[in-house]
Amino acid sequence: MIKIEKLHKSYPIGKKDFLHVLKGIDLHIKEGEFVSIMGSSGSGKSTLLNIVGLLDEHDEGSYYLNKQKIERLDEKKAAILRNKFLGFVFQSFNLISYKTALENVALPLYYKGVSRKERQETALKYLDKVGLKDWAKHLPNELSGGQKQRVAIARALVANPKVVLADEPTGALDSTTTDSVMELLTAINDEGMTVFVITHEQEVADQTDRIVTLKDGIIISDEITEKGKKTRHYV
Amino acid sequence: MFDIDRWGEIFESIKNNKLRTVLSGFTIAFAILLFTLLFGIGNGLKNTFEKEFAGDSMLSIYIRSGQTTIPYKGLQSGRKVQLKNDDYRFLLDEFDDKMQSISPRIQKSVKAVYKGEQNVYQLRAVYPSYLTLESAKVESGRFLNMFDLKGRSKVIAIGRLVEKDLFGQLSALGKEINLGGISYKVIGTFSDPGGDNDERYIYAPFTTIQRLYGNTDEVGAFGITYNPKLSVDEALAFSDVMEKKLKEKHSISPKDQSAIRIDNYAEGNKQVSMMMLVLNIIIFFIGIGTLIAGIIGISNIMVYIVKERTKELGIRKALGATPKSIIAMILMESIFITALSGYVGLLIGSTILKLLGDSLEKYFILNPSVNSGVVIGATIMLIIAGTIAGYLPAKKAAKIKPIVALRDD
Repeated sequence: MIKIEKLHKSYPIGKKDFLHVLKGIDLHIKEGEFVSIMGSSGSGKSTLLNIVGLLDEHDEGSYYLNKQKIERLDEKKAAILRNKFLGFVFQSFNLISYKTALENVALPLYYKGVSRKERQETALKYLDKVGLKDWAKHLPNELSGGQKQRVAIARALVANPKVVLADEPTGALDSTTTDSVMELLTAINDEGMTVFVITHEQEVADQTDRIVTLKDGIIISDEITEKGKKTRHYV
Repeated sequence: MFDIDRWGEIFESIKNNKLRTVLSGFTIAFAILLFTLLFGIGNGLKNTFEKEFAGDSMLSIYIRSGQTTIPYKGLQSGRKVQLKNDDYRFLLDEFDDKMQSISPRIQKSVKAVYKGEQNVYQLRAVYPSYLTLESAKVESGRFLNMFDLKGRSKVIAIGRLVEKDLFGQLSALGKEINLGGISYKVIGTFSDPGGDNDERYIYAPFTTIQRLYGNTDEVGAFGITYNPKLSVDEALAFSDVMEKKLKEKHSISPKDQSAIRIDNYAEGNKQVSMMMLVLNIIIFFIGIGTLIAGIIGISNIMVYIVKERTKELGIRKALGATPKSIIAMILMESIFITALSGYVGLLIGSTILKLLGDSLEKYFILNPSVNSGVVIGATIMLIIAGTIAGYLPAKKAAKIKPIVALRDD
């Protein structure tokens, strides 16, 4: 599903210097995997997510998403691919504050060109799936942090993507809600969705099937977790 | 453009950001309000000018005769030139296509008596078409017609004030008035925007008066209205040619200024329309200036809006919004706010103008108003203005990078 080879990325600092963030990453994630990327801040994990999420471009190496080589994307193509293949979950939820839960969930379908009626129906179906059907008409500021994140997960799933990318999905949540969000992500993975989580919390990473650890822009370890050993991919 | 969902997005964004919308709309509403008021006042000034000339048709040309001042073709100076009935036929033959109407005229003072009341008025013997020349309006009954002329009837049409003088509150219609010893039947009354003097005339059929007084073929003057299709310059050229031909016919030196005098209102019109043109240009520039200020204002606010919505736009892009859809959203929001608030300004402006009405008449502003052409023009202007105001901010919005927008600060 995601295949990365010798990926490099650096950012300019000032006029001459460059910060070399990713120094040759090789990573292969198959369809249906539940992978977490671990690493302290500055390890390059967010940069990796941005590149995988088509929010940023890589300098060197190659990146295949769903067997499609990603190179020289203009903004329009990137937007279409994001809409088609990727669902995002952010640390700070990033819900649009003046839209109801239902409208937030329905937004990716709007950009996909789905009719209004179908959008409402599909969005409601996904809200039901994350257990928030009764909260459909509420605005984000009327929801708790855990509820907001579940709305965001419903939004990430609504357009039926190939991969769900979660950037510190539990970073702003307490431990109880963290567990419920991770349970939800696990349930989604059990249905066959590829889930890609970035985190710096060990407990969160332990609930995934595979942990990739980054340090200073290179992968220092890539292990199957106890939980992962029981799943079909690694038997 | 007619995507119902996109409009839904825009209305929602406006509905949820009322203060922002009102603030940005205010600039444009104010600019259009000023523009409307200026334009209306300009129109008011124009109306005043037009009223000054409204005593007579704007297309009037008068021909009068006098004494020669230059000897010509063996004839001495000081000779009295008399216009006659054959001049009427001559003018009709020569210039029929250039004229809308022509009427000969004889004018004399008469003493009018009705029962105990009496007064002296100017009696004008004319053709029916003289009514248009004076821009007079029939108030009751009718004006003279061709049958009156053919039958040399003893009928008259009197001005509103003649009726008031002689009949008080009663109607003069059908009554007999004695003019210089001869009885005439009143067939109609008229009003005239030219003022009191013009409303104290008595009109009688030209043929009747020519026969009754002197029984000659002499004509005092000719009143012509020229063909409205002629431009001012063409009308002036027409009266020049007419003057030349008439002088030739009456053996008058082309240089003689007093034997035949032609008064063409087109000349005055030309000056007034020049002045109005200048006034309109000034108003136009002031209006455009205010509008540009408004556009810059709304553009400023749109820049701020884009800044404020950076995060939201970043989210939208992450969810698959293309740059084009972001530009369309910002642009249409800008156009919508501009057009709507501009329209509000236009509405307030025209309401104020309506309320002002004629209360500014002493400042030479009469019935200030804007016409539908201006309204349509302003609407188109507003849509263009909204596009200009929204374009740069929209372009900026489309360039927002999702990673920058979504960075947690």
